[in-house]
Order: sequence, then C-alpha cells, then structure tokens
Amino acid sequence: MLLTAARSRRTIPIIEIVLLAAAVALPLALDDFWILFTTRVFILGLIALSFDLVWGYGGIMSFGQALFFGMAGYSTALIATKLGVTSVFLIVPAAALVGLVVSFLMALLVIFGKRQPSMVFVALGTLTGSYVVERLARGWSYVGGQNGISSLPRLTAGSYEINEGPVYYYMALAILVIVYLLLRLLTRSQFGLVLAGIRQREERIKFFGYRTQNYKGITFCIAGLISGVAGGLYGFHEGYIGPGQLGPVLSTQIVLYTLFGGAGTLIGSIVGVGLIDLFSFYLSQIWNTGWPIVLGLLLLIVVMFKPTGLIGFIVGDRERAGSFGRTSAKSKT
Amino acid sequence: MSLLECRQVSKIYGALTALDHADLTVKPREFHGLIGPNGSGKSTLLKCIAGAETATSGSVLLSGTDITRFTPAERAEAGLSLKFQITAVLAELSVYDNVLLALQSQSTWLSLLRSRSRGALHERVMDTLQRFKLAERADDIAGTLSHGQQQWLEIAMALAREPKLLLLDEPTAGMSPQERRATGELLAPMRERCSLLIVEHYLDFIRDICDSLTVLDQGQIVASGRTQDVQEDERVKSAYLSHA
Repeated sequence: MLLTAARSRRTIPIIEIVLLAAAVALPLALDDFWILFTTRVFILGLIALSFDLVWGYGGIMSFGQALFFGMAGYSTALIATKLGVTSVFLIVPAAALVGLVVSFLMALLVIFGKRQPSMVFVALGTLTGSYVVERLARGWSYVGGQNGISSLPRLTAGSYEINEGPVYYYMALAILVIVYLLLRLLTRSQFGLVLAGIRQREERIKFFGYRTQNYKGITFCIAGLISGVAGGLYGFHEGYIGPGQLGPVLSTQIVLYTLFGGAGTLIGSIVGVGLIDLFSFYLSQIWNTGWPIVLGLLLLIVVMFKPTGLIGFIVGDRERAGSFGRTSAKSKT
Repeated sequence: MSLLECRQVSKIYGALTALDHADLTVKPREFHGLIGPNGSGKSTLLKCIAGAETATSGSVLLSGTDITRFTPAERAEAGLSLKFQITAVLAELSVYDNVLLALQSQSTWLSLLRSRSRGALHERVMDTLQRFKLAERADDIAGTLSHGQQQWLEIAMALAREPKLLLLDEPTAGMSPQERRATGELLAPMRERCSLLIVEHYLDFIRDICDSLTVLDQGQIVASGRTQDVQEDERVKSAYLSHA
C-alpha cells in the first residue's frame, strides 16, 4: 500500500504523553490491587517492547522472549536465595546480562551465519528453545521443579526494602520509561533506518553492503537484554518464578500483546499489554469459565482484520514508517 | 588491467544451461552493453557477477580479486553495485531516507547506532537527489514516485557507494522515450567515476551510451568488442540485430 505524506505525524507523542501522565498520577487514585496490577503491566510492557523491537522493527519472528525473561528471573532468584544478594543495583544488571548472554547463544543457533535463515526457522528455533528449557526447569529439583522458586526476598536499595506497592510501581515505571526512550532513539537512529530497510527489502539491502544477519543478531540480543530486565523485575514483584515464565505459552502471549496493540510503534505493545490484561480481568469476572473464548475471538478479529493493531486506528501509516534523516524543507532553511 | 573479468562462467538450472562458458571483460571507465534476445542469458550473467546467483562453474574477478564465492555484501564492499531489473526502492520510506540508507552503508553498526554520520551525509544525500532530479520529492514516500523516477532513485542508490562497477539491469524498462533520453543524460557524467555494465533491450540507448558491446544468444557469447564493430558483425546481425 502506498503511503501519503499528508497524514499527521504527531499522534504517537500525544499518546505517549497522555499515558505517561496517567501512569504517574494513577497511584493517587488506585487501591493496592490495582497498583500491583499496573506494576505487572509495566513489567510485561518491557517484554512486549522487546518483542516489538525484534518483530515490529527487525522483522524477526521470535517465540523465545519468555526464555530470556524466565532465565533472567530464575538466575536472579537463585542469586537472591542462595547468595543473599538483593540489591536492585546488582539484580537488574545481572538480569540484563543473563538476558543478553542467553539471547546471544540463541542468536548463534538461529540467526548469525552467512546464509539467511527463514522466518519459519527462527520462529521454530526460538519456540523449541523456549519449550526445551521449560521442560528442563520442570524436571530439575535444584530450581524447584514444577513449583519453581517461591518466597523470594524483597529487593533492596541500600538498607531500604522495596515492597510491592507504590515504590515498586514507580521503580518499574521509571525503568519502562528509560527503556522506552532508549528504544525510541534506537529505532529512529541510522541503525533503525537499516532495520526499516531489512524489514521492507532485506535482499535489496544486502547489495548495499549491509551484513543483514549481523544487524538482526544485534537487535535480537538487545531485545534479549530487555526481556532479561523484565524477568528480574517480575520474579521479585510476584515473589515467585516458575517454569511457566520460561515457556511457549508466555512467549505466545507476548506475541499477542504486541500484535493486538500494534507492532512497529513501541507504544502499541504497552497499550496491548494493558488492554489484554484488563479485558482478561473483567471478562473473567463476568464469565469465569468461558472468558478465554471471548478474548481469543477478540484477538483473532483484531489480528486478522487490523494487521496494524489497535494503534493503527489512530496512527497513520506514514507516522508508523517513520522518518530518519533531515528533510529537504529543513535543509532549505 | 581489466576491471571485471568473467572467465568461462556457466550457470545450469537442472537440465537448462542458462549460461554456457561465457567470457566477458570490462575496462576501467568503460560503458559496456550486454544485449541479446529474451532468454539469451544476459540477466543470468549479470546476476552471477552481482552475487544474486552463484556460477555453476567459471570465475568472476574484480580488479584481479576472485569474487566468485563472495556474498552480495562482500561484492558491494569490493566495489560492485547493482540496480535490479524490477524497481526495488523501499516504498514505505521517504526518497531522502532511501538515499541515506544507501550512502551510510559504509559506516559501522556502532556509529549507525549513535547516528554519527547523519549530519555529515546530508549534503551528499541532497547532491545525489539534485543530480537525479529528485530533490523536490525528497520528503515524499518513495512508493508515490512515478515508475521512471523510481528507476532514477534506484540508480542514485546504486551509485551512492561510489562503486568501481555499476551493473544496470534494464534501467529504462517501462520508461517513456523522454525519460529514456533523460536517463542517458544522467548516466553520461558517471564515466568519470565508474564503469557501467548495462543489460538493455533498447538498442538506440545502448548505441548512444556504450563504448563496447557483448551479444549473447542461447547462453553463449556471439560477439564482443567496440559497439560499432559488433553492430557490423554478420553473426550478430543474423542472431539478433536483424530481428530487433
């Protein structure tokens, strides 16, 4: 579909500012339950952002984001329970490192190389990795087997304990905002332009001299790092990490979050997490056995009939495609 | 010394021999035409040179370096550039960003991450767009350009890396006679900067722009040499030109 330059280019910043203002003010109006709920949305928003980076920008269909999330969650849970390290200044970087290292190892298997792997190969490779590690975790008593690792200590900042509630909420929000801004910079950088080129015509880009597999691998690892941060935060927020946080079910859920909200916009992923979790909650109150059917149908309708996701109703194609260089109009001034 | 040398290049698809022991030489600053009837193997030869296809046998040398097994990215680094037969501009990006993408390809991923060369490349992007009469459309989405303008944008992108050899696969396909003439005028000054190897159906265009010519028929080289001489060759007349 051809795009027109006439569409507004300023919708996304408005959505971002409105959502950020609401997120900052919400704890003043919410009770404890909804603060915990929204904190979880922020943490899952991080992993949805990581998927948006690989799929919405890099064109890599990864069903492995839960693997990096869960591995970081398990690793930091072990560091806390076995070594007694609970400092947020050590746990968050450790979670990021685990996410980075695991995603790099996965990238060596499914992305890096001279020959271009197909989208199906990458999707199945990451899905298999996620499945295998979940099965291993379920059978390994050292990490709690089926029960996972529970009763995690609280994160600390110096002598201060970070309890679930407003403090954890604002910490998760701050990390989400920082990651979001960094991803915004990345996707609008010259590196982001290469990703846009790869997403549209990877074969063409190779003839310019770009080693596209390297760009995809780097993007995949950055997304793995972000998933790792989310995994570390999630475990300490819930006080628990289990095999379910490693496997294909969560990986698929993350894909749906982003596709429902709108891939390739960043903000769409976060909107997707918030709306799906909110729908799930309210639908389960109304129809506690059949709600997944309603939710499934809703997701199916959006994914099939609005490939740009819900955000596509208010954000034009021109704004989604983005602009990377100076414009001629600016150059004349 | 030759810039490009194809030695006994063959390409076989199952039972079909698309290219049969083809030899081709392109000198520095030479504009070389590659013509032949449909299915003669000229696009296959171009693809084997560019790296879109790998030759079944034979070798391709660029400035004396054997690039037969190089990937497209490695060939681009060695000094080759290709304009595809079917326009392959990035239709969802602006015209400006298409050229920027081509120009910045020599930067490392780390400097691209920091957008270090964006400002420095601005003038080169605008110069390139001006040269190809696209400066006024810099902010427009590439997919909204006319077919002829998309072909020019493609050529501009292919030239952005300042290649030693530019491969053009039917650069005037689908163009009006005026656009074809304008394309010839745009390409003529490139002689100072690089060599061209052009696959083209329009013989008038080839005669106007090329110093030398190679004629292919049924996967084999029929004749090769100075454009004037090749046109007079009886084998060429019977194989191709008389039917054109």
